[in-house]
Amino acid sequence: MTARSFPANPQSEPTEVAARRRAMALVARARRVELAPIAEHWPDHGARELKPVESGLVMLRGRIGGDGAPFNLGEATVTRAIVELPTGERGFAHILGRDAEKARMAAIADALWLRQESRGDVETAILAPIAARLAAEAAKTRAETAATRVDFFTLVRGEDAA
Amino acid sequence: MSALAFADPTFESQVAFRVIMRALSAPGTILSCGNALAPPAPLAAAAAAVLLTLADFETPLWIAPSFPQTVGDYLAFHTGAPRSAAPDKAAFALVDLSADGLDLRRFASGTAEYPDRSTTIVAQASTLEASSRLRLSGPGLKGEATLAVSPLPTDFIAQWAANHTGFPLGVDLILVADARLAALPRSTAIAEGAR
Repeated sequence: MTARSFPANPQSEPTEVAARRRAMALVARARRVELAPIAEHWPDHGARELKPVESGLVMLRGRIGGDGAPFNLGEATVTRAIVELPTGERGFAHILGRDAEKARMAAIADALWLRQESRGDVETAILAPIAARLAAEAAKTRAETAATRVDFFTLVRGEDAA
Repeated sequence: MSALAFADPTFESQVAFRVIMRALSAPGTILSCGNALAPPAPLAAAAAAVLLTLADFETPLWIAPSFPQTVGDYLAFHTGAPRSAAPDKAAFALVDLSADGLDLRRFASGTAEYPDRSTTIVAQASTLEASSRLRLSGPGLKGEATLAVSPLPTDFIAQWAANHTGFPLGVDLILVADARLAALPRSTAIAEGAR
């Protein structure tokens, strides 16, 4: 797999790809309980693993300030799952950590999202609660950060006034 | 439904690696490999096992035009190996002896500085037997070994002689039929027929 910046070029990206990217990003950050509705809504999804679920390391790269020279920040444990539905849709998931079952459920969610008949249900039953939780968490962090905000100002200094 | 690869990639690829290494160190020995695999037709199980074990994202793979798209997709998905457009740029090549024939000169034989930058050819035969059509000798063999491969191009002995005399340059050949394989490394000399 070749490294590339994310997103490569948001303007030129087809909406379908962007929508799937969003869905995959949400299930990748889901908690295991948030993926449980899959078993309730689609008990007979029949997905099978195209490759055994496996954990590995990925190198995280960073840039200072967004435009500095790239450097290797460190490695993160990632678990990957690839599943296929009986109707042929292939679902992929990469999640942080070693939870193989969560990775498998996330991949199934991706595959079900690809299928037109089940996409709406995936959006409402799985993606919407995750998006709501992430938005609430982000808002809380912002509020906590805002509470500690200090406004600095500089008094007119003597030598400048003189 | 897409075809699956090794169920337990770590251990099954280690088993296959051991078989390939034994085949290359004792040229002409016919060994069983890839019994558990069911790759898309017409890819042989042993050919799939060899490529799933050895090919990865750093080894360009050239697939002969006789193989359908399904075989290319299967290998790309499970190995991540990039497709090579030219056979002489490939680290591995997959050919079908019945449909494509075999011309060893088309493939990379390495450079004097890096003889390892050569193509390892995985060639699918219809039959592979230990009878006396080819007489093998060289490193790894006490005396001579015998191997019969069918079909082979009529000038195979001459092609191989040119490949062998270029040592340490040259291509290595892994012959497969269904779930069996035998290897002919460039160090092996081949003579024709029964003595």
